[in-house]
Amino acid sequence: MPHIQLPEGMPGILGPMAFSPETSKPLNELAEVLLRGPNTLTPGERETIATYVSSENDCFFCQTIHGAVAAHHLGNNEGLVKSIKKDFEAAPVSDKLKALLAIAGKVQKGGKNVTGHDIARARKHGATDKEIHDTVLIASAFCMYNRYVDGLATLAPDDPEIYRRNGKRLAEQGYIESTADQLQKQYV
Amino acid sequence: MAHIELPEGLPGIRGPLAYSPDTTRPLCDLVETLLYGPNTLTRAEREMIATYVSAENDCYYCQTCHGSTAAQLLGGSPSDYQLIDRIKNGYTSAPISEKLKALLVIAGKVQMGGKLVGSHDVELARTHGATDKEIHDTVLIAAAFCMFNRYVDGLATWQPHDPEMYREIGEQTARLGYAGRDWKQPLKTVKGK
Repeated sequence: MPHIQLPEGMPGILGPMAFSPETSKPLNELAEVLLRGPNTLTPGERETIATYVSSENDCFFCQTIHGAVAAHHLGNNEGLVKSIKKDFEAAPVSDKLKALLAIAGKVQKGGKNVTGHDIARARKHGATDKEIHDTVLIASAFCMYNRYVDGLATLAPDDPEIYRRNGKRLAEQGYIESTADQLQKQYV
Repeated sequence: MAHIELPEGLPGIRGPLAYSPDTTRPLCDLVETLLYGPNTLTRAEREMIATYVSAENDCYYCQTCHGSTAAQLLGGSPSDYQLIDRIKNGYTSAPISEKLKALLVIAGKVQMGGKLVGSHDVELARTHGATDKEIHDTVLIAAAFCMFNRYVDGLATWQPHDPEMYREIGEQTARLGYAGRDWKQPLKTVKGK
């Protein structure tokens, strides 16, 4: 049971978002610009970073929904997302994305863990300052979203089909429109 | 030196905020609502939660700025700054309300990981009069500072140790809040480079 009384039938972050519309607005706008705004990193790559950090934070809802969004962007490749969460260094992704995931993993443990060596590795594989900035902020932001979702003990469905369906919708509509829709009607 | 090239002379989060206006707007709208907007928790109480979490995350810039803002909201005297230090160094013995202490317990758990918040922590806060909204806001303030602290330290931003600069920042923020600010504006206490 969640720690506070949240609107029923809205799992994960949707419960707190329905509870607190005034904070949900900037939270969705931040996710939209970070994960879907114009960027030299693809939405699939950015969702992968979000998924990986959420997995390191052991947040079931966030890693599963963002994993589903990432899989949708990556041609419904759920196996690839799984292999990134398990061991991204061994996964079939670019060296640049591996280097950015290494930075994201350091940020998850604490900002000071990111070293000049980590940055140099990302640069060597072609990462720009903006891409490094965005990686650090995506990783930081998911240290927030994950704590928000778990710190209130929100409920998360088990059924993978629900995440597939909602992942596809989030990938196609984005965070602002899709969340507004979901807060209007029952999350199904 | 910061990990990426940020505008010069802007300490802490001001560098990244000036560097990336697209993300700055929602970040500042969020912190404006959490720390400045209407709430049954006072602005000083909310800044104290932000300060405590930033101290637990060992983020020098954030804990010193928000600590200074909290102290300014209390009046800005040396004893107000001392109170903030006491909260950071063991709030259980600090002269603050039992409700705020219980909310700081929740914030401290969130800092270590969301799952650590137990129903007994939430019960304790309720016993001392905390509402669902206040518990929600405490969790989100703590979570948000786990983001801001990582943003500031993850980019290795410039964080001078100058009490006068943090006093200026605290005075400014106590007066102006967070949204719609021009973060490129130089601080008087930062001498040109």
